[in-house]
Amino acid sequence: MAANNRHAHNMEHQPAMSTAQIGAKPPVIFAATPGNRSVAQDEAPVKVQIRNLNFYYGNFQALKNINLTLRDRRVTAFIGPSGCGKSTLLRILNRIYELYPGLRVEGEVLLDGENILAPGVDLNRLRAKIGMVFQKPTPFPMSIRDNIAFGIRLYEKLPQSELDDRIELALQRAALWDEVKDKLKQSGLSLSGGQQQRLCIARAIAVKPEILLLDEPASALDPISTQRIEELIDELKPDYCIAIVTHNMQQAARASDYTAFMYLGELIEFDETETIFTHPKERRTEDYITGRFG
Amino acid sequence: MPARRRLTGGIWVGASAVCATGVAAVLLLIMAYIAERGIGALSLSYLIHVPRPIGIPGGGVANGIVGSFIIVGIAALMAFPIGIFVGLYLGVYGYGPRAEGLAFVADVLAGVPSIAIGIYAYTVLVEPFRQFSAVSASFAFAVLMLPLVIRATEGAIKVVPRELREAATALGAPDHRVVGKILLAAARPGIVTGLLLALARVTGETAPLLFTAFGSQFWELDPTRPMAELSLQIFNYAISPYSEWHEQAWGGALLLIFAVFFLSLLARLSFLMQKGRGPGRAE
Repeated sequence: MAANNRHAHNMEHQPAMSTAQIGAKPPVIFAATPGNRSVAQDEAPVKVQIRNLNFYYGNFQALKNINLTLRDRRVTAFIGPSGCGKSTLLRILNRIYELYPGLRVEGEVLLDGENILAPGVDLNRLRAKIGMVFQKPTPFPMSIRDNIAFGIRLYEKLPQSELDDRIELALQRAALWDEVKDKLKQSGLSLSGGQQQRLCIARAIAVKPEILLLDEPASALDPISTQRIEELIDELKPDYCIAIVTHNMQQAARASDYTAFMYLGELIEFDETETIFTHPKERRTEDYITGRFG
Repeated sequence: MPARRRLTGGIWVGASAVCATGVAAVLLLIMAYIAERGIGALSLSYLIHVPRPIGIPGGGVANGIVGSFIIVGIAALMAFPIGIFVGLYLGVYGYGPRAEGLAFVADVLAGVPSIAIGIYAYTVLVEPFRQFSAVSASFAFAVLMLPLVIRATEGAIKVVPRELREAATALGAPDHRVVGKILLAAARPGIVTGLLLALARVTGETAPLLFTAFGSQFWELDPTRPMAELSLQIFNYAISPYSEWHEQAWGGALLLIFAVFFLSLLARLSFLMQKGRGPGRAE
């Protein structure tokens, strides 16, 4: 475990690590499927760096010394049994946990090099950069159009026509436009579960975030809607840094570039998705992805 | 074993059915009795005339009906905004000793007998001005409604899924927008229902009126003066020795029951209609 932590740590903080150094490690660790780049070698820029992150619900430590990097234009999946802290980790990135009392965080989360956990960070501006979609679809009790406009209006004062364009664009990107273009005035609650979830994604991207946090976005949806969401993630990937929490192993394997396996508040293993699912280094990772526990 | 299970189940279902029927029957009996006694008094003239002195036939409760609207209306103006704000506070930031204390106070207030609140209104709003008045009655009613409005608002806010608030906050919306635009809209059906039920609750109240609104035999629209009110008129007529006034009291009681029934029905309907908005919703 300790060895693995150090391994993750190295990859976080020394992205310029040389091949010689890598070669010095036991081959099994880095001899993932041939031809694949490792996390450290990825050319995509680092977007978020999580350093020595601890999190407490009162006296209960929910996250233990997490070190992790999220890269831009990549999808990072978080897997692990319920209560392992993966959602908690996501909720730290936009500091949404601060809605509730008695929660405490230690460590650093650098977004483009700036520590977002530092006091004095403008939370509204931070959250403008980070969109979040939840397990349960959360359309606001207003029209489809106003659901999207709500977010845009927080940051921009646009003339009607421009606002309409932005709304259309967001709905198109979320692959929902064709289904709702004739009923934009209808309540967002009138849509099906899968449509509601895409509405929420449209709402999130309408404010032009840089990061998307998806907290089990498809776990309440049927297989067809789930597939649409996954396709959508794929389409959005070139423009965003995406973090997704999922209980669905196949989904993590299909949709993500990197996978972090968490267990009891610890980051057990973090690597390319393919490596995690084909040559996990940790016994616990293997047990989990093969369904032996969790 | 299945037979015994069925029997046990049958006994419980049967007992529930008997109790439910009993409750409904008592309610229906009361309403039927009042309807039977009061229907004779109801007439157009009863609704549009003010009371006449005893011995002169005719006369009605028009001033009482209007007075009820004025007194309850002013009470609503006082209680609704304050109650909704306190309820919002409890619903949104409702944790910690301060919120629990506030909720406890609201519960205690809900349990204070209405006559005690009437006496209080008398001491602070009647005695100092040496004048019975409709506003003092409204004040007493507002105090009665306040805990109901607070608790209804708090409850309606608390059943809004917390993800909705998180979603709005995650978009970067400041608290006042999250509460004002999202939570309030989502909780509106519950809040409106609570407001209507609070109105229904005080519409039948009489005790606090005895030493606040006091009652009047005349048209009175000035809320700083004594004013007639329907339930108060019923009380005054019912304890009088005259049989034609007794009949008028029954008529008033019937009207009052109509009013409360209507408000309750409205509360129910408005809740269902607002909730039902958005047909075809999944889940």
